Amino acid sequence: MGMNDPKEQDLTLACCAAGTCEEEESIAPPSSFLKDVVIAYRRNRLAMVGAAIVLILFLMAVFAPWLTPYDPYAIDLEVMTEAPSWSHWLGTDQFGRDLLTRILYGTRISLVIGIVPTLLSMIIGTTLGLIGGYYGGKTDMVIMRLCDIVLAFPSLLLAMVVMYTLGATLVNIFIALAAVGWAGTARVVRSQVLSLKEKEFVEAARAVGVKNRVIMVRHILPNCLPALIVLFTLGIPGAILSEASLSFLGVGAQPPTPSWGLIVTSGKEFLFSAPWVAIAPGLFILVTVLAFNFMGDGFRDALDPYMKQ
Amino acid sequence: MLKFILKRLLISIPILIGVTVIIFFLLNVVPGDPVALMMKEHISVDVVARVRAQMHLDDPAIVRYFRFLAGALRGDLGESYKLNRPVTSLILNAFPNTFVLALWAALFAWVVGIPAGILSAVKKYSLPDNLFMGFSLLGVSMPVFWSALLFQYVFAVKLRWLPVAGFEDWRYVIMPAIVLGWSSAGIIARLTRSSLLEVMRNDYIRTARAKGLHELPVIFGHALKNSLLPVVTVMAIQVAGLLAGAVITESVFGIPGVGRIAVNAIQARDMPLLQGAVLFETTLVILGNLAADILYAFLDPRIKAA
Repeated sequence: MGMNDPKEQDLTLACCAAGTCEEEESIAPPSSFLKDVVIAYRRNRLAMVGAAIVLILFLMAVFAPWLTPYDPYAIDLEVMTEAPSWSHWLGTDQFGRDLLTRILYGTRISLVIGIVPTLLSMIIGTTLGLIGGYYGGKTDMVIMRLCDIVLAFPSLLLAMVVMYTLGATLVNIFIALAAVGWAGTARVVRSQVLSLKEKEFVEAARAVGVKNRVIMVRHILPNCLPALIVLFTLGIPGAILSEASLSFLGVGAQPPTPSWGLIVTSGKEFLFSAPWVAIAPGLFILVTVLAFNFMGDGFRDALDPYMKQ
Repeated sequence: MLKFILKRLLISIPILIGVTVIIFFLLNVVPGDPVALMMKEHISVDVVARVRAQMHLDDPAIVRYFRFLAGALRGDLGESYKLNRPVTSLILNAFPNTFVLALWAALFAWVVGIPAGILSAVKKYSLPDNLFMGFSLLGVSMPVFWSALLFQYVFAVKLRWLPVAGFEDWRYVIMPAIVLGWSSAGIIARLTRSSLLEVMRNDYIRTARAKGLHELPVIFGHALKNSLLPVVTVMAIQVAGLLAGAVITESVFGIPGVGRIAVNAIQARDMPLLQGAVLFETTLVILGNLAADILYAFLDPRIKAA
């Protein structure tokens, strides 16, 4: 409960009028969902730091061309693997490309890789979790066994196999990570649906003849939203790390794409002579992952009262 | 108890079959002729056709799947395209290396994680607590290959304490074990801390304190045993995860294990080898989860009754 779904309120009110509602408080929370969450979130200092870093990363991604005078792909053999200096703040790589520039442009890739596959796996997982949890029976069994199978794979290995089959392109990274990631979401959503569908407001909706699909989408789904927000925020760093690992193993992003994982990989060769090439992009991965983790933890704490069912 | 184990075993079988289906169909729909790949030179069309027939590559996928399954059950995972050796023997030769690495990583995770978790719980919000929890957060937020490179840079290149890569004596296993075990150690520390803090809120702990026991006997004599229950389960699951998750660590440190076989097989587009390695590692994970469930049932009498 706790979402301001007007229909849900109408139905609960109708129940109350019929004398079936025992507690006045269960109709709606005293203040708005969004306001409560924002207030609780802002109280968490680390979560605010995480949000600030994520905002900066988004700005870096959007304004990358204006933030640097260099081209991320332009090769300049005069300045190969140069140490950090005033003209190249983080030094240059083996092709004389400005490292900071490549990392700035890499922000775009990392954010897209973090968000798109996570969103995809959330959509697949939520749909299957809703269907399985709501209808139960054989449908549920099939979906849950499929989840068990996908979750049995070491996720990096499964993603590697998918990339091997599909070929190493950006779109295929989305597919591989979504194919690996949906099962966890499906399980969480299903367990939420199982408890939600026993609630009075669902029963009331069913009693007045609301169609199953409408009940799932308009009444149950909004109540899964708190859990989904947390899963989404915590899924992003996982996807970013997975892409970096795939790229490191050669089945992810391909050169000359300025993917952070790929830059670290190329720096591996120069660990002795030019350690900054490997170290700097890794630091960006670390900070990004930490920031999203902080945000996810913040959301989890802020949304906690809404997730107890 | 026996009934529980049997039931749990029976659930694992369809999962394992599902895993073989997914691996087989993912890897056998891949475009590109393995025969042409095996014979690097230009070869005539009828030679290709003959070899294809020999390898039964023209049979329908479903027939080939059942042949693969029947072979896997006998322990025959086919022959590597590139190395011309049975996949099973390649994997079994590499497995001891993976096992040694995973074992040391697990030991590191336990020896560091559990005491760190206990200390963090006992001295909640103290400097060591914040420090341990910070390190644990770092462990799960760092890309493994990057922390591996950092270790190599600091301890092998700069300080020259340890060899950069390879797998000869005990000195070679230190860095990879720490890199691989770090995130597991962090997870164990966090779990131990939260579990111990929860147990410490119980009434029987208050009773123990009320009868005048000092804090140390309360923790080690009463609280710890119960709080380690979830930790032990996670430890069992982690061992399987470490065995299967050493892909990157093995690649960076040049350890000839099963994970490195999988990576090499991808680079060489050696399908049977990749198929065998992935099936082997996934089976390990399934067995690990099974062991964890059974272990938990042994440790927690409430499960046995259910």
